[in-house]
Amino acid sequence: MTRSSLFRRDEAAGLAILALILFVVFPLMLDDFRLNLFGKYLTYAFVAIGLVLCWGAGGILSLGQGVFFGLGGYCMAMFLKLEASTPEATAIQSTPGIPDFMDWNQITALPLWWEPFHNFGFTLLAILAVPALFAFVIGFAMFRRRVGGVYFAIITQAIAAIATILIIGQQGYTGGVNGITDLRTLLGWDIRPDSAKVALYFVNAVLIFVCLFVAMAIRKSKFGRVLVAMRDAEDRVRFSGYDVASFKIFVFCVGAMMASIGGAMFTLQVGFMSPTIVGIVPSIEMVIFCAVGGRHSLLGAVYGALLVNWAKTTFSESFPELWLFGLGALFIAVVMAFPNGLAGLFDDYVKPRLAWPGRGRRARADNPQPAE
Amino acid sequence: MFSGYSMSELGAIFAMQGFAGLILFSVFVLMALGLAIIFGQMGVINMAHGEFMILGAYVTYLVSNLFAAYAPGLFGAYFFVAMILAFCASGLLGMAMEWAIIRHLYKRPLDTLLATWGLSLILQQTYRSVFGAREVGVTIPDWMMGSLPVTDLIEVPINGLFVMVLALAISAAVYIMMFRSGWGRQVRAVTQNRTMAGAVGIDTERTDRLTFGIGCGVAGIAGAAFTMIGSTGPTSGQAYIVDTFLVVVFGGAASLLGTIASAFSISQAQSILEFFLSGSMAKVITLLAVVGILMLRPQGLFAMKLRK
Repeated sequence: MTRSSLFRRDEAAGLAILALILFVVFPLMLDDFRLNLFGKYLTYAFVAIGLVLCWGAGGILSLGQGVFFGLGGYCMAMFLKLEASTPEATAIQSTPGIPDFMDWNQITALPLWWEPFHNFGFTLLAILAVPALFAFVIGFAMFRRRVGGVYFAIITQAIAAIATILIIGQQGYTGGVNGITDLRTLLGWDIRPDSAKVALYFVNAVLIFVCLFVAMAIRKSKFGRVLVAMRDAEDRVRFSGYDVASFKIFVFCVGAMMASIGGAMFTLQVGFMSPTIVGIVPSIEMVIFCAVGGRHSLLGAVYGALLVNWAKTTFSESFPELWLFGLGALFIAVVMAFPNGLAGLFDDYVKPRLAWPGRGRRARADNPQPAE
Repeated sequence: MFSGYSMSELGAIFAMQGFAGLILFSVFVLMALGLAIIFGQMGVINMAHGEFMILGAYVTYLVSNLFAAYAPGLFGAYFFVAMILAFCASGLLGMAMEWAIIRHLYKRPLDTLLATWGLSLILQQTYRSVFGAREVGVTIPDWMMGSLPVTDLIEVPINGLFVMVLALAISAAVYIMMFRSGWGRQVRAVTQNRTMAGAVGIDTERTDRLTFGIGCGVAGIAGAAFTMIGSTGPTSGQAYIVDTFLVVVFGGAASLLGTIASAFSISQAQSILEFFLSGSMAKVITLLAVVGILMLRPQGLFAMKLRK
């Protein structure tokens, strides 16, 4: 491998195949309704990519990714809701010009912290900055005190629980359990018709590739190497003079930002945002997307998110009783039988037969077994 | 906040909310005790703990129906039978799970977390298929109904009192088992140094299985007690899992006393705040305070002094 080449050959091939599937196969094979669904699944893939960085590379398992997903989603939903709540459109309310759910909850003026979300530039900035800041605060408090592993997982899960209770409790400011619904246009562009959903699907697919490139660059850099070293032997890295906590905080923030982008795209693609997507259960399901794809594989994360969500839709449509059994079994199987997920199966059974010239051995060396 | 209440009324409010807090405290303690054994001693994250508790609740429900149908004369005593059966059912299921899943994952705590979450989903769906999605309640025996008047403003419900007594009794039993019995000594030896414990002749695998089973069994008793103050649905267990883990972590994972102290402070804070704020905000503030304190003091209230 020469230093100048951006990707190894098998990585480039993997990316090309994914691009082929996302940009050609799906749009040709699926009708608009299904394509919209796959657009929704893709928004979860952002979270899964972030989790591969945090969990697969960094060994930090966050059970609160739904919070970051929700932060991004709510930022976007607030902007869209304000755009939909013009004084003309809301003339029948007792206070025109504020979102309808505020009016229902006897709130007569727009809260101060909603005001900046009139501005699209601020909204985009907030989608990236708010979760990063939040993740920084959590990460700073926890990693500086060398809290990690299961404690970190439990605390992030508690944060997911708090976020849900808070959103549901503050109905007047957040739309409560129904969430923020009835979103119409983005800068005048109607997001509701099928054509808009298809367009958003492609935006999602492009953004997925942007995130994949960023994540690959991070993993290839020295930073990525330190991260993996830290996961496998944290003390040795610390004694070698690295500031372990800063590395962890950074990667946790990156994961949070990716989840947030996914959340914002989710709001656009699906047309609403609600606390049911923030809580404990969806947050831990996001981990399974990543685990099924393979916790060490960025491309696997995308396939994992698509596959698990597709299975969820299919099973819930035809055998709703079976889905929870299936999901539960998946959690157990992915831990006990194939801890490296689809990517691990691919590396073990498919790759050796493909016979990349001069590959094989190195591919395995790049995918070390997790040591927890 | 306090305007409009006279001093005696305020006193009564605090006493009543304090007592409501004590009931919540008893539920927390019962749930957290099992977890303190499994998580605190063994270091295993059991996300299905709530489902083991609900199993106990469903067993109680079945037993109460059986007594109502076949032995109405003994109905007053069904709860004690139910409690023992709940302990056995949850304990046996726990030991089976330890054998099937958890013993393979002792070195991978995060993976245990995911696997037990999967287990909890399967159990939930099983409950839903067997007992239906609706919540079920048991008929409380007559002697547990009603309340004791303490003063003319303060009344104490008997079922709450009973749950409290039960929580105290179970805590005492767990304490004796952990710190005064041969089994407890083995458990502590295995957790502190597995290899050495094995070398001196302790069957570590058997100890693990038994410990896990007893932890789950205590959760089953918690579930049985839970039916006395609330109804049971397939997902009731999940609603408590975060609180319970926070209670155990906040108390300092390896400390039984810490678990009880943290259950006390969390439940009291929550129930007193509940009177002045909405229920959801009380919960948010309590949980935020706990998470905040844990960020500043990750080892919890009562940390065991040990060299790392």
